[in-house]
Amino acid sequence: AMDTDLSSQDRKDLDKFIKFFALKTVQVIVQARLGEKICTRSSSSPTGSDWFNLAIKDIPEVTHEAKKALAGQLPAVGRSMCVEISLKTSEGDSMELEIWCLEMNEKCDKEIKVSYTVYNRLSLLLKSLLAITRVTPAYRLSRKQGHEYVILYRIYFGEVQLSGLGEGFQTVRVGTVGTPVGTITLSCAYRINLAFMSTRQFERTPPIMGIIIDHFVDRPYPSSSPMHPCNYRAGEDNGAVYPSVEDSQEVCTTSFSTSPPSQCVFTVTKAHFQASPPVVTDTLKVPVMGLAFSHQLSSSRLSCQPAALGVGSADLGYPVLFAGGLNAAHPHQLIGPGREGGVPLIPSQPAHGTQADQERMCTPLDGGHFSAATPSSSEDTETVSNSSEGKCGSPHDLLETIFIRKVGAFVNKPINQVTMANLDIPFAMFAPKNVELEDNDPMVNPPDSPETESPLQGSLHSEGSSGSSTGNTHDDFVMIDFKPAFSKDDILPIDLGTFYREFQNPPQLSSLSIDIGAQSMAEDLDSLPEKLAVHEKNVKEFDAFVETLQ
Amino acid sequence: SPPRTRCCGPPKAAPAMNCRAEVLEVSVEARQVEEAMLAVLHTVLLHRSTGKFHYKKEGTYSIGTVGTQDVDCDFIDFAYVRVSSEELDRALRKAVGEFKDALRNSGSDGMGQISLEFYQKKKSRWPFSDECIPWELWTIKVNVVNLANEQERQICREKVGEKLCEKIINIVEVMNRHEYLPKMPTQSEVDNVFDTSLKDVQPYLYKISYQITDSLGTSVTTTMRRLIKDTLAL
Repeated sequence: AMDTDLSSQDRKDLDKFIKFFALKTVQVIVQARLGEKICTRSSSSPTGSDWFNLAIKDIPEVTHEAKKALAGQLPAVGRSMCVEISLKTSEGDSMELEIWCLEMNEKCDKEIKVSYTVYNRLSLLLKSLLAITRVTPAYRLSRKQGHEYVILYRIYFGEVQLSGLGEGFQTVRVGTVGTPVGTITLSCAYRINLAFMSTRQFERTPPIMGIIIDHFVDRPYPSSSPMHPCNYRAGEDNGAVYPSVEDSQEVCTTSFSTSPPSQCVFTVTKAHFQASPPVVTDTLKVPVMGLAFSHQLSSSRLSCQPAALGVGSADLGYPVLFAGGLNAAHPHQLIGPGREGGVPLIPSQPAHGTQADQERMCTPLDGGHFSAATPSSSEDTETVSNSSEGKCGSPHDLLETIFIRKVGAFVNKPINQVTMANLDIPFAMFAPKNVELEDNDPMVNPPDSPETESPLQGSLHSEGSSGSSTGNTHDDFVMIDFKPAFSKDDILPIDLGTFYREFQNPPQLSSLSIDIGAQSMAEDLDSLPEKLAVHEKNVKEFDAFVETLQ
Repeated sequence: SPPRTRCCGPPKAAPAMNCRAEVLEVSVEARQVEEAMLAVLHTVLLHRSTGKFHYKKEGTYSIGTVGTQDVDCDFIDFAYVRVSSEELDRALRKAVGEFKDALRNSGSDGMGQISLEFYQKKKSRWPFSDECIPWELWTIKVNVVNLANEQERQICREKVGEKLCEKIINIVEVMNRHEYLPKMPTQSEVDNVFDTSLKDVQPYLYKISYQITDSLGTSVTTTMRRLIKDTLAL
């Protein structure tokens, strides 16, 4: 009896509206979790293919998945369409972040005009969805995906399953539209207890205490449909349904030093500049349910490192120690913050890396092509290109940066074996720093220096020889090459490196040399009687002075 | 066609009876004022803009397509969606820029409010000027704070971002109530309801005004009312 009042044409229209609304809802949600900014053009002349008068592109694979899940049905009472957004780390652990639910309830609005009011309200609801998808915590997480984790989506139809969201999840309602056959509601339930940690985690703050442990619980409902990544490079039509992420800008080269095995020293350089230590390319394959991603740890110029930090580049989830070449001779003095993460010398970039030239206009709709670069490539390209614009220092210098990765390092091991040193739990990257590790860290508690003579001492005993070439050398650090940061200077004809080398061993102070010291002492002794005589003469004045002090 | 008269009489002190009014409050640093205001105004206008109408015969019309784009804030950990229309963006930036300057020059402790009003025009016979009847009024109260150090500023970035998320959710809640909206107009009436001057989108007729609160906070000593959009302007 629900739809007797509805004309058959209206009923047909309504069903069509609801079907396309469901498909567009999925597109908006998935596109909002791709990890990059979306942009579509307004068009004053209707193109006829833009449902709800909104320019929302259709990613073919997403439409395909949505249609598969719906299987010709429409949301109805008890049959909701759900889009589940989850996060999967490079170690293979996954966690549900959000469930977007498109539901229908029984409350009907018989009076409402289908072709007009319902349609416009569905359009309004899609706009609300566009706005709301940017304000839940998963949005910021998804903008930073690509290295340590990816964002996946899954569409299912039927009963809403919220148990995977952990305790205390929150709900936000996007909106409702009444129709003659029921009221459509669109809402989102999202996990909160990870989001707070994560957005801080991948920015320049140390990780927050606390580990999510409820992911150990088995999922009550086995996945009925496979997960899909939210960051694939579309534009490949129907060939490879799951394109692989194959970006590499610069290759991050790894080399091992004499530091303890729990650490891995990365030398981050621009590949084609580098002349030096033998390096090993680290390539990770992250198998994800039959998908293959190639993650190549990307490097970027030091000066743009915070941008990369902000977007969660692989190695930098933990505090980064920056040892510039300048101080390689004094390994226990490190430039930079040392423990707290972040590299304050570099101008900070906003978390989303906003640049004036960053906005990419999407290509206009043409046969459903949706060209979107993957987040890692786009972010790195932008950070690298920013550096070459001379934003920070000369582009021609090789910046050698040494990053010490403490935990969860992407070392030269197959992915299965990557574990956090001393801790073998999932989502270890979100765990607080292990204090024990710090104690073992020679950077924090340097081993006792070997017995070396200070330059001063050396010159006292070695008859004022002009400085020997290298001064101190500690055993644990060998200076491979000396290229200080920002060292080229157009103003002076001399560059910083040369300056440093030349003045590294200044001659000792003359007053400190034995001979001269001895000389002056002899002089002092000689002049003593004279001075004593003067003092005796003025003894009354001195006494009076002392009185005033009492 | 006959010359069109300018819109509206003197500013109304209080909204008309059927006008719903929403008030949002934010506390931001001076450098965040622009982005925070733009985020709110754009979010409202996203919901209050349609594609361009193209009237055909017999009173039917087709509607153009509204594109959208993401905007990242530089001084706030926040991103929002706006309508893809450079003209609209320029108009909002101009208004917000003036508001920001007025706040800065006021010399007071940095309190003010900016209002976005949607109105309908009701034509009157000569010699009476047309009436502007507001049907929705959004007011954003702004409190500018001064922070002492970089750490506080970083926290402020995040906190203001979270607050703006809440505001967006509030705005969407209001929009979802599906309360009064002007009836879809006929071709002859369209300019009484919509701003048809932009080439790619069609927002409802709106005007933006702002006020700076004086240091006592009690009364408004400087009121500056500016008409940013006037669809009848020649």
